[in-house]
This record gives sequence, C-alpha cells and structure tokens, in this order.
Amino acid sequence: MAMSFQKPWFLARARRRFAMTRECAVLLPRVCAALADPRQPGSDDTCLEKLLDWFQELTLFDSTVQLVQDNPCLTEFITSVLALPEPSPSILSFTLRLAGILAASENRFQHLQQEKLLARLFGRDGPLNSAVWEDASVRSGWVQGVHNMMHHQPALHLLCSGGGIDVIFTLQGDPSLFVASAASQLLVHMLTLSVESETTKPLSTKDCDWPACAQMIIKRIEDSLQSSSASHIEQSLKLLTSLFGSCRATWTEVLWLGVAKQIESFLTEETVQVQHMLANLLLNMAWSPVFRDTEGSFWALVTSALEHLTPVQAGPLAVGILRLYKCPQDVRIQALTVLLQPMDCILRAASQPLEYAGLLDESVSDPVTVESLLSSRSSCANLLCQTLAHLEELLSLSRLPVDLPYTSLLRSLMTILQFCNGFLSPASPLGSTISRILINCFRVQRSALDVLAALSERKGSDTLIESLFDLLLAYLESPNTSPTVLKKTFQATSKWLVRLQELSCSNSQGQQTEKILEDVFLVLQKRLCSPCWEVRDSSLEFLTVLIKCLRDQDEFRQSLLSSEVPRLTENLLEDPESYVRASAVTAVGHLAFITYFAPEPPVVGNQYNKENTVAKLQEILSTDPEGFPRRAVISIFIKWLRQGCTGQLEDTEQFVSRVIQTVEHDLDWEVRLGGLELIEVFCSQTICQLGLPQCPYAPVSSAVTSSIHWNESLQVFCRAKLFSFLFRSLCDCDKPVGQRACDVLLGLRSNFYPVSTLEGSQGTGDSAVGHGIAWLQRTLRQGSLAQNFPTDGSNGVDFQDPENMMIALGAIELEELHDELNRSSDHVEKSPQSLLQDILATVGTIEENEADCY
Amino acid sequence: MKLYCLSGHPTLPCNVLKFKSTTIMLDCGLDMTSTLNFLPLPLVQSPRLSKLPGWVLKDGSTFLDKELKECSGHVFVDSVPEFCLPETELLDLSTVDVILISNYHCMMALPYITEYTGFTGTVYATEPTVQIGRLLMEELVNSIERVPKAQSASMWKNKEVQRLLPAPLKDAVEVSMWRKCYTMPEVNAALSKIQLVGYSQKIELFGAVQVTPLSSGYALGSSNWIIQSHYEKVSYVSGSSLLTTHPQPMDQASLKNSDVLILTGLTQIPTANPDGMVGEFCSNLAMTVRNGGNVLVPCYPSGVIYDLLECLYQYIDSAGLSNVPFYFISPVANSSLEFSQIFAEWLCHNKQTKVYLPEPPFPHAELIQTNKLKHYPSIHGDFSNDFKQPCVVFTGHPSLRFGDVVHFMELWGKSSLNTVIFTEPDFSYLDALAPYQPLAMKCVYCPIDTRLNFIQVSKLLKEVQPLHVVCPEQYTQPPPTQSHRTDLMIDCQPPPMSYRRAEVLTLPYKRRYEKIEIMPELADSLVPLEIKPGISLATVSAVLHTKDNKHVLQLPPKPPQPPASKKRKRVSDDVPECKPLKPLLSGSIPVDQFVQTLEKHGFSDVKVEDTAKGHIVLLQEAETLIQIEEDSTHIICDNDEPLRVKLRDLVLKFLQKF
Repeated sequence: MAMSFQKPWFLARARRRFAMTRECAVLLPRVCAALADPRQPGSDDTCLEKLLDWFQELTLFDSTVQLVQDNPCLTEFITSVLALPEPSPSILSFTLRLAGILAASENRFQHLQQEKLLARLFGRDGPLNSAVWEDASVRSGWVQGVHNMMHHQPALHLLCSGGGIDVIFTLQGDPSLFVASAASQLLVHMLTLSVESETTKPLSTKDCDWPACAQMIIKRIEDSLQSSSASHIEQSLKLLTSLFGSCRATWTEVLWLGVAKQIESFLTEETVQVQHMLANLLLNMAWSPVFRDTEGSFWALVTSALEHLTPVQAGPLAVGILRLYKCPQDVRIQALTVLLQPMDCILRAASQPLEYAGLLDESVSDPVTVESLLSSRSSCANLLCQTLAHLEELLSLSRLPVDLPYTSLLRSLMTILQFCNGFLSPASPLGSTISRILINCFRVQRSALDVLAALSERKGSDTLIESLFDLLLAYLESPNTSPTVLKKTFQATSKWLVRLQELSCSNSQGQQTEKILEDVFLVLQKRLCSPCWEVRDSSLEFLTVLIKCLRDQDEFRQSLLSSEVPRLTENLLEDPESYVRASAVTAVGHLAFITYFAPEPPVVGNQYNKENTVAKLQEILSTDPEGFPRRAVISIFIKWLRQGCTGQLEDTEQFVSRVIQTVEHDLDWEVRLGGLELIEVFCSQTICQLGLPQCPYAPVSSAVTSSIHWNESLQVFCRAKLFSFLFRSLCDCDKPVGQRACDVLLGLRSNFYPVSTLEGSQGTGDSAVGHGIAWLQRTLRQGSLAQNFPTDGSNGVDFQDPENMMIALGAIELEELHDELNRSSDHVEKSPQSLLQDILATVGTIEENEADCY
Repeated sequence: MKLYCLSGHPTLPCNVLKFKSTTIMLDCGLDMTSTLNFLPLPLVQSPRLSKLPGWVLKDGSTFLDKELKECSGHVFVDSVPEFCLPETELLDLSTVDVILISNYHCMMALPYITEYTGFTGTVYATEPTVQIGRLLMEELVNSIERVPKAQSASMWKNKEVQRLLPAPLKDAVEVSMWRKCYTMPEVNAALSKIQLVGYSQKIELFGAVQVTPLSSGYALGSSNWIIQSHYEKVSYVSGSSLLTTHPQPMDQASLKNSDVLILTGLTQIPTANPDGMVGEFCSNLAMTVRNGGNVLVPCYPSGVIYDLLECLYQYIDSAGLSNVPFYFISPVANSSLEFSQIFAEWLCHNKQTKVYLPEPPFPHAELIQTNKLKHYPSIHGDFSNDFKQPCVVFTGHPSLRFGDVVHFMELWGKSSLNTVIFTEPDFSYLDALAPYQPLAMKCVYCPIDTRLNFIQVSKLLKEVQPLHVVCPEQYTQPPPTQSHRTDLMIDCQPPPMSYRRAEVLTLPYKRRYEKIEIMPELADSLVPLEIKPGISLATVSAVLHTKDNKHVLQLPPKPPQPPASKKRKRVSDDVPECKPLKPLLSGSIPVDQFVQTLEKHGFSDVKVEDTAKGHIVLLQEAETLIQIEEDSTHIICDNDEPLRVKLRDLVLKFLQKF
C-alpha cells in the first residue's frame, strides 16, 4: 500500500509505539488458545473489540510478515477455529475480522494463503455456507473482515473469483441494517479499489475498459437498476450515493453516464417508488467537482428532480443546492422556489387578494401540490417544520450564496405565528383550513421562532419591526404559550431587541424603542412570578442576555431600572428551584454592571445595595445545598474580578481570600475549579498591577526592583491564603482541579523564577524549611487525599510565609506533577498487556472451577 | 323522541326529554347573568352607589329615575337582583316524571321548578352534588336576604318602556319571566325531593327506561347520564372534564354506542388553557402582593377554588408569600372546605389514596392549620379583628352584584396597587365591573374552565361514536367575537342537531324494536321451521300482556270447549276468543312447472304473459286469470268457486305452509 506522505522517521516512531512487546508476545499464545477453546463460554465482546483495535494498531504501519511469523499462535488460532464443528458466533466473527486485519498487507495475505486460510474463511466452503451464517454477528464479521482485507489486488481477486461479489450484493438486503449498510460500503470500497489499482489508462465514455472486478459490480448495479424490484433499485441507489459522496475521481462520471438515463426515468416513473432516494444521490453528486463543473445534463437532471419530487423530498435537495457556491443561477432560482413555496403559500392564503405580493413570482411556481399538503392535517406541520428548518440552516450560514427576500419571508413567518395563536382571520378557504390545523401547534411555533431569531441578523427586514414586536409581545403575554415556545420567543425577542437598538441608533425611533422596552419589562415582570420554574428560569436567562447585549444603551438601562424587574430578580435568589437560583445569580451578577458597578450609578433610589448583594451571593456560595447556584456565584465573581469591579487591591485581596476560603472545601469540583480560576485572574492582575512582567517573554526589569515586587505580590498571595488551596488542590480527587492548580503554580513560578534563575534556586538546604518542603514534595508524590492535606504548618511548611512559598515554588517538581496529572487515569489498564491479562484472568477462573469439578 | 329546550344558556342547561312514555328533565340551570343589569347590593351603606344619578329619558321624562340609575354611561336597575328562569310555558312541567342533575351548578333553578309548577316527581343527584348545591343556594339566599331592599322595580319591565331603554336592558329577553331569589324553606323543600344516587347505579323508571349516572370529571359528584331502554341509548353529557383535577376522572367508555348524545356544558372560554390561566393567576397574585397591593378573587364557594388553593399551597413558599394572609369569606366557607375533605369516594385516585394514609385529601387543611388560610362566614365579626393587609381574599359572588365581594370592590377599587382577578368564567368581567367604574384597581381576567374544549370533544366523539349529536346552537358556529376560529365549534359527521331556547326538537332517532318476553310454556309449544339455512320461523299465537311497560306473550286461552251443557257462557271469559288460524305460506311459484301442472290437470290452453311484477297465467277457455306476483297471487274467475278452489290447491302445492 502506498503511504508516500509518511516520512521514514515517522514510520519508525509509529512502529516503535505500536510494536508488540516481549511481555505481550509471551501472553498471546495462551490468549489465542483460550479463545479457540470451545469449552469457554462466550468471551466479553468489549475485550475482543479492544484486541482487534490493538491488532489494527500493530499492523497499521507494518506491512511485513513479521507479526504472523513471530507469533505463529495467530495462524494456529485461525486454523483451530476453522476446525471447530460448531464455533461460537462471536469467536467466529472475531476470527473473520482478525484475519481481515492481518491480511490487509499483501505479504501477510500471501502468508495466510499458504494454508488457504483466507479462502477457507471467506470462500464458498467457509462460514457463509454453514448454519452459523444465520447469526447476524457472523455475517457482520464476514463483511468487516473482507473490508479490512480489501487493500490489494490479491484480496480483490480472491473475492471476485470465489463468487464473493454475489454474497455481498445479497447482503445489501440483509435484515440486519448494520450488515446491509456495511455490505454497501464494502462494494463502494471494492469498486474504487478495483478501478484505481487495476486500471492502466484513464477511463472514458468511449473507451471504457473496466477492470474485471469493477465490471462485475457495475454490471450488477446496472441490472438491478433495470429490475422492477424497488428494493434492488434502492440498494443500487444507496451504493451510488455513497460512491459519489466518497469518490471524486473522473471515472465516476463514466459510470454515471451508463446509468443516468435509467435514473432519470425514476423521476417520472410511477410504478417504482424510489424518488425519495434521488435527492441524496443528486446532492452528493452536486458536491463532487466531477459533476458540478459539467455543463448541461447533470444540472438539467437536478432541475427536473426539483420539479418532479414532492416538496418534502425536494426540500433537502433544494437547501443543499442553495449552499453551493458553484451552481448555475437558474438551478439556484428553481431550488429557492421549491424552498420558499410553502412560505409563499402561507402568505397568499392569509392575505387579502393583491394585498401583498407573494414571495415568489407566480409564473415559476405551481402551488397546487404545496397547497394540498398544507391543507392536510397530517402533512401541514411536517412540511412547514421541514421548510423552516431548512431556512434556519441557510440563514445560519455566514455567507449565503443566494439572496433571500427577507421582508416577505419575515411577513410569512409572522403569518405562521399568527395562525398558530389564532390571531389571524384569513380571507381564503385555504387560509382557514391552515389556521385550523396550526392553532396551538407548538412544533411549528418553535421552528418559526428559530427562523425569526436567525432572520434578525439579516438586513432588509426592518419595515415590519413594529408589528413584529406586537406579535412577539402577544406570545410573551399569552398564558397559552407553552414554556418551550416561550423560551424560543425570548430568544427571538432578545435578538430583535438588539436589532431594534441598532436601528434606533441610526434613526429617530427612540420613542418606539422605549415603548417596546417598557412592554417587554412589564411582561417579564409577570413571567418572573410564574409558578412554572422553567418559565422563571428562561425569563432570567432572557434578562441576562439582554443585559449582556444592551447594557451600554441608555434607553435600555433606564427602562430596566425603572421597572420592577431588578427587584423581582433579586427575590428569585431565594427561589426553591436550584436552576432558577443559579439563573438568578447570573442575572443579578450582570445587573450589577448597570447598577453599582456602572461608571455613573443610576439615580433611581437607593434600593441597589452593593454590600447586600455581594453578601447574599457569598451566602449562596457557602450555604446553598445545590451545586448549580454555587457554580453560578463563582462564575459571576470571576466575571466581576476580570472586569475590575471588585474595587481597589486591598478590597479585592480580601474579597478573593474570603471566596477562596469558602470554596476550598466545596463538594462540587466545578466550584473548586472556579476558585482556582479566580486565583489565576487575581494573580495575573496583582502581578500586573505591581509591575512585574506577567509574561515570561516580556522584558525583565532590573533585579532589585523586581525582587521588591516579588515580595509584595507574594505577600499579597500569602495573606490571601492562596497557596494552601493551590497545593492542596494538587491532590484533589477530581483531576481537572489538580491540573488547573498545577497550571496556576507553574504560571506563578515562571513569574517568580525567570528561567535563568530557576536552576540555582532549587536547593532547599537542611533547614527546617527544607524539611518541610521535602515533606511537601513527598506528600504530593504519594498523592495524599486533599482532605487529609495539612495546611496548618504542622509539617514545617507555612503556606502563608512568602519565603517558604518562594522556596516551595522553586523546589517542587511541578513539571513532573503536571505530566503525571495529564496522563489518563486508565493508562495502566489501557495497555495491551493488561488487556491480555484480563482475558486470561477470566479464563483462569474457569480453569480453576473446572479443577474443582474434577 | 322529543327534546324540549327550556334554557338558551349552553352551560346552564334545562332540557326535557320525552322518551318511551317518560318525561325526564335534564338539569335545571339558572341563568344569573340577568343580575348584571342590577346595581350591586352593598353590605354597608355605599355613599357612591346611593348618590348615583337617576336615569332620564332622552325627552327629559324622569318617571324611571327611581328604578334606574346611571353609572359611567351604563344604566342599572336599582332593585333586588332577579334571575332568568327556564321556560315554563313550553310544556306542562307538572308532567315531568324525574329530574336528573349533572352537577351542583346546574341545579340552581330547582326550587323554581319543584315548588312553583306542580311537580310531583323525583329528582336524582349524587350526594356531593346535593350537599354542595345546597351550599351554593344557601350562600345565594343569604347574600340577597341579608341586604333587604325596600324597593322593587317593575315599571321598566313594561314592554313599551323597555323599548326606550339603552342596551343591554333594551335587549334583555323574557324580562317578565325574571324572578326574585327563592327562600330557604323553598330550597329545603326542593332538596327534600332529591333521591341520592351513586355512579353506575341503575335506576329503573317505570320499567320503561333505565337511567345511570357516570362520573364526568368536572366537579365533586358531577355526572353524565345514560338513559336507555333495551334497544335505545341516549347519553346526556353535561359539564365534563378530561383534566386531572380533584374529581374522579370522566367515564368515557360507558358513553359508547349511543343513538343520541346530548352535549352541553363545554368550556365557556375555549381559547384559554386552564393550566396557563392558573399560571397567570399565580403570577398576577404574586406581583400584586409583592408591590404591597391586595388581591380580590370573586368566586363560588366550591369547585375551582379547591384547585386554586392547592396551586397556591405549592406556590406561596416559592414566591415568598408565606406571610401573606389568605382569607376565604362565605356563609358556607367552613362547610365547603370541610365537605370537600369527606367525599373521598368521589375524588380522583391520588386524593383517594391520601385518605388511607390517613391524610386530608386536599392540602387546604394544612393551609388552615398553619393559619395561612383563614375562613369567615362574613366580613362582620372575627374577620374585622384579624384583617391584615396586603392580603388575598376569596369571596362571592362572581357577578359582583351581591355577597361580600361588593364590599371589597368598594374598599379596594380606588387603589391601583390592588388587583381583582376573575377566575370564574360565568360572567363577562367587563359587565361585572361596570357599576364600579371608574375603577383604579387592576383587573385581570384568568377564567379557569376545566370543562371539555372543542379538541377534546372531537376526540371524545371519535371515541364514543354516537349516531346523532344534539347540542346548543352556540356550539355549531364559531364564537361571535372570533368568527374566523372555525376550530371552536363541534365538527362531527353527521353534523350536530342544534337547539335554542324554547325550541322543541324531534330527535332523528326512530324506535324500531321493543323487547317482548315469551312465557316458557308458550316457547315450548313453538315449532320452528327452517326456511333458509340458519333462519327458522314459527307462528306464534299468544296473548300480549302489557304492564309497567313490560310486554309478555302468554299462552292463548284454550279454545272454548264445546259447551258440555247448555249452561250459559260465563261472563268472566274475557279472554279474546281464538279462531283457528290459517297457516302462513312461503316460497315462490316456478311458472313453468306451474303451467305443466295445470296442463296435467287438464287445462290445455294455458298462456303466460310477463308483467312488470311477475306473470299472468291465462286460462282462456275458462276465462280465468292467475296473477302471480312476488308477494301475492290472485285467482280471478267469474263465480266458479269449484274452479277457484281447484286452482288454489294447485297453487298451494308449490308453497310451504307453517
């Protein structure tokens, strides 16, 4: 197999990494013997899978026969399984796949074929003609085994000459979907391999000399496409779909031209219902440069498909086409027509004649099918939801290759939402039918609101903004709005409020904005008092999003602060539902940015008491029985600290110290992790503030001044009791905490010990301090439990003493700890040796039991 | 089968069904919306109400200014409130045999029917219906009687005068039928005519029909009724609910296979989902109280209030309202709260199981224990000592025309901090508020109506598949204010038959069968003859004996023995005399064979003509004609009896006799 991209050094390293160790080589024969022993009950499938993974790794970079030669037990294993009269399906399946892996290289293939092992496994006389073939796992093992092996011509010939192709074609219709899909993939793989390894000159339509194996496959595809069996046609279409999806070589066009006519006929054929398969096929082709770049026939077929497929079938094709940058304009317009037709139909059904132009030019669209789908209860919601999902998909693309009619689209979305809440009295009979179907249809409401939210980022849909807010407010107001729909309405509203602010900045729509904001806060106020916790929760999330996006806008701040919302939000810090408390913490934390942390605090009364709020949040951090609110508090504290809201350095020091002492014993590791992040931010800010270069690459100031700063920052850190938390966290039972603590300590060391000075500073001497540090080093190495970690100085380490800590930072082998912590915790159990031992251990117990029996 | 429709109110029905010689009244609801035309009855002198100006006609006539007062552009009758009774003229109500009550809201007109019309029948209702119905009536009587009004207005009812009045008085229907409230003795007398029944109990009415109450899931003891004979089944569905609230769930299965389903009492607010409304209720309540305002909830003393208290029980702690007092004021508050706890067998499964723990089924017991909910018979007495604000008050009447609620409207109406939350769907909240305008207090409309909505009805009808549906005309068209909402009407096949007040419907169902019993001795004597595989016939000669709507075939009396002596026939022999019976004939006459037979018997000139219905066989010589049709054979010959008999016998040979 060609692996031209691999450099020799890379190969050597990979070989070393995956080579079989001596220990494994010793264990392997016993494992093989145990597995082939029919008296053993079915082995653990996971072990067998892991074993296969290991062999895959072993053979990946090694095509020599060494593995099979050095370990004859492997061939013996295969032989003995073949000799079993009634092998267990799982062992047989394992053997087939193992043989496939081993035979992936031509050398080993030939080696195994010396005893005709592969022919016996995969040929006519193998499992496929025995009773075990009934078992799906055996069939699956056979297909995977063949797939594993299929990397060279001898394998191809083995299969083709032994009638294997027929077997695989039959397996495409296997009752087990896994087997059927694997068979289809295998055929694609074989076809590609055959064409690419056996063709000597490029294929063309005129001179199309397919290699033998490819020819057999293609013949079968063509035959089944011409058959009258829908299942055969479907299988071939599936095969072609994945072939065109995975292979972009020019020969695929030659193959296509042979079947194009037949496939085209399926679009209009009514006897065989395979139209639903065509959209995927054409889409995969459209992504392939082989077809995409051709002029003419392919795109004509796509156009015809867009015309003939039902709207539900054509939808995915249309949206796929619209995502393409290279596509003829007329096809694109046709796709857009298909996609927008239901939206157009909605608009026409709802409006008075000639009131609005529809979305589409009537001449290009034939609305009859869509109308009939929309007027049926069973298909209406499905079609709309599918269309809406496609529109959202398109709108989420940063660069859209096509222009959508945003204003009409918005109008149509609003119409759907009005239908859904029964606000619209449609003029046409179609309108009243759709209205009947859509009233209270949550699925459609949710999808429409998603698209509405996505549409807010597109320019050109601003003229309707006032009526849009009327609609959104009606949804927010209505007690009939379900909690999930309400959440989506909040999302859409927040996006459009941002848009509204942008607009009001650019023109004089201030009053309108103010009125809308006032209404929004009024309804939010009510929703914050809802008895349904999901509603309270999403209301608070909505408020947080609004503050995040709009806190710089005067109008927004004024409307918010003059409403009851801030007070109600603070009340919710005591909500009985922990999720709501967590959201309330986040909202209050953000609210603080526009109340007491604002550069010009509002003049609205004195109700916003900073101390009270901070105390309240700290109380939640120390006493809340649930993790979510405590996590929310620590995140808010980090946010405040990052944004410099915690006051002068002394205040901040006290604040951080208090928080750290609260969180260091928290049972929730995410809270402890948050504490470490807080320390990290605090340290970098302190060091920055006191002038020490934060970054090791920044110019180092003179030795004298920097030592003063070290002392000062170090003193601050010691006073704030950071070090005991940091060192204790190194032993935390939750690994992320330990890793983070180690990272923070490494960062501190790099600040206090620039690289040049580190070498000389590591001597700890024989002093009492030295003993203490030695103890610390030992304790960390042994991995003591964090809760048993004494931080009271009883072991000679004073975590609040700057000198002690300076020495500790220099002396502790933090890098080593870092590596240790970053190693996966199951690195021992994951080794192949351990796997082999595990398998043997299971066998061992059985042997012991047998002994007992005798 | 006929249905007399005495009430036009779809949720307060009063219909009479004539079915198989029985006359059954289905519910007797009292339409109280008429009270909205009257001024409220204040518990204490209200300077505002007493100062309202009298209404003056356009031409300046003031003759009505004592009777009619004007308030914020609306005109109200200043008199004791009156109620609109069901039709009493459509049929003689003294002929009603039984009255079936479906729930306590639908029996409020009972005293008017049982005490004023000569009614002598029986009323059937479940125990909770009767007990809670009594409470509602007691509260009604009490709240009207305790505020005696000297004046009684009647001049405005004069047709000529009414024509001149502004709407809605001008358009009020049947004002001459409006009556003052009944009295407690009348209530007691009416209730004494009730016989208690349990769900699924079968009650025989005169042997003709059987009536059975089924749980309807709407209120404590609420029922739908099955009225059936052996071959006909009429279901009466009134005020049913599929939501899980406190009552036993609705029994749908027993409604299957009905010939006629009379459907009344659907939700009055089909667009409002009760869950959403409860949420709205709680949110608005919390918001008001947090802002330091009081909340007034005009309500009935039973029903939705139990569910509201249960929601609040779960909500008040989370909303930080633990210190806010909840007051329930009604002359029957105590009984209502206590009754609800003892009707365990009528409650939903969850609540029933609580009783075995033992725990009170409704959590309002705990609210009372912890002093969060306090109840008082009226605002006088203890209440005035305990009263603390801000608070939440539940009190009646939802029409805001009488009861303690009038006092709170006057007291709290001026402050915008306070809120009145309407939860009962029976009255338009704008009309209810009209005599209190201008009003500063906030008004929130959260009607909670758990009765079936149209989607549920459509599922129900699909499930139970009645042959015909009969319903009030309001359900066959979208609500007038939302004419585009075609989803808010009953949609079934065949389309429902609709009725309106004072209409008589002939139900489309024809009775075709009647069950008749055969005495064993008679059955013994029958000799069935198989005329087709699987079908046997036998002639029966018997005497049909009918008594108490039961029909029995008895052996006929022995044929009179030839008188042994010349004794005179006894007079007591009143059984009809039985003549010997001619056998019945069946089968068909094959014309060809018949002709051959005729020829065999010497008729030589036989000619056969085909007619539309059969054949004519002509015996030309004898000038005789035999007309053979599917169901008759005629032999036409002139006065030749022997020939006729001969021919008859030949015809009979081809037929079977039994």
